[in-house]
Amino acid sequence: MACGCCCVTGSCPMPPSEPAATAAPSLGQRWQEWRHLLRPGDWLTLGLGAVLCAGLFPLAWQGGAAEKAVVRSGGQVFAEVDLKQRRTLEVPGPLGRTVIAVEPGRARVAADPGPRQYCVRQGWLARPGEIAICAPNHVSLQIAGRTSAYDSLSY
Amino acid sequence: MTPSATDADCRRVLRIPLSAEDHRIARLAAAAIGLSLIDAAIPTPLPGVKPGLANIVTLIVLARCGWRAAAWVTGLRVLAGSLLLGQFLAPGFFLSATGALFSLLALGAARHLPGRWFGPVSLSVIAAFAHMAGQILLARAWLIPHDGVFLLAPLFACAALFFGTVNGLVAARFLSTPLAAEAAAAEPAHV
Repeated sequence: MACGCCCVTGSCPMPPSEPAATAAPSLGQRWQEWRHLLRPGDWLTLGLGAVLCAGLFPLAWQGGAAEKAVVRSGGQVFAEVDLKQRRTLEVPGPLGRTVIAVEPGRARVAADPGPRQYCVRQGWLARPGEIAICAPNHVSLQIAGRTSAYDSLSY
Repeated sequence: MTPSATDADCRRVLRIPLSAEDHRIARLAAAAIGLSLIDAAIPTPLPGVKPGLANIVTLIVLARCGWRAAAWVTGLRVLAGSLLLGQFLAPGFFLSATGALFSLLALGAARHLPGRWFGPVSLSVIAAFAHMAGQILLARAWLIPHDGVFLLAPLFACAALFFGTVNGLVAARFLSTPLAAEAAAAEPAHV
């Protein structure tokens, strides 16, 4: 195990088998050496691998983009709205009308007759599984994706 | 019971004839086992992400001795490596066996790629991805039957790309220095 230690510091004579190694090869030379090991198709493989890696992130981590908003009233589905265009929706409940605002990719409860306004203050919902519940007026707004990653998200 | 009788008994011990091929595979498998022990000693941030240094041996054997020898070396490495690490028949053993199987199958297909264009790095990256795919599918089917497993897929894929490239480069480096006998015979004009 002790052999070779002195060679690292350069204090020992160069091994006779490598007369060309006058000095440590520069970083550029080393890079060239390694690059020669890659054939043209290898770059293709590496590129495809990188594309595969990059493609897997959104595929695995988005759990399906937010695609629609499910509005429930009194436990029944009142409406399923595509999160593609801007629109507002009025949902009747025992206390009055809850107003749902939909924008591309997100939705929120814009107004609610409930006393504490929790669902209104929750703001925009954009991820699949997020839900705002206006309990006093028996209205809920939930974001759904293609596949539901979670049963529900709460904060 | 005379001494000569016991001698005769001893001589009746089954002797399996060993070919040079067997010795070579055993030697290479030993090298692979050593590397997989080093692999196991390296701490990793995520369970399942390992450099897979033993695959360097697989790649070299594949290039020099063919797919059959590579399969033997890999199989022996998985078996003996798991015995040494105390993982035999534990989940980790099945994971590495599945990964080895998938990567060997992928290598069996990928080695028919034109060698002029695709070198050890391509083979290594393809094998690494196959290895990862096999493991994640087994994990999904058996160990963690929930789609949440796939959340780790991007990280595993990145690790496969990185370590596949590094291992492939190391294997290519070994393969680019031809054996003394080969250097004289096979590549006289190559500079």
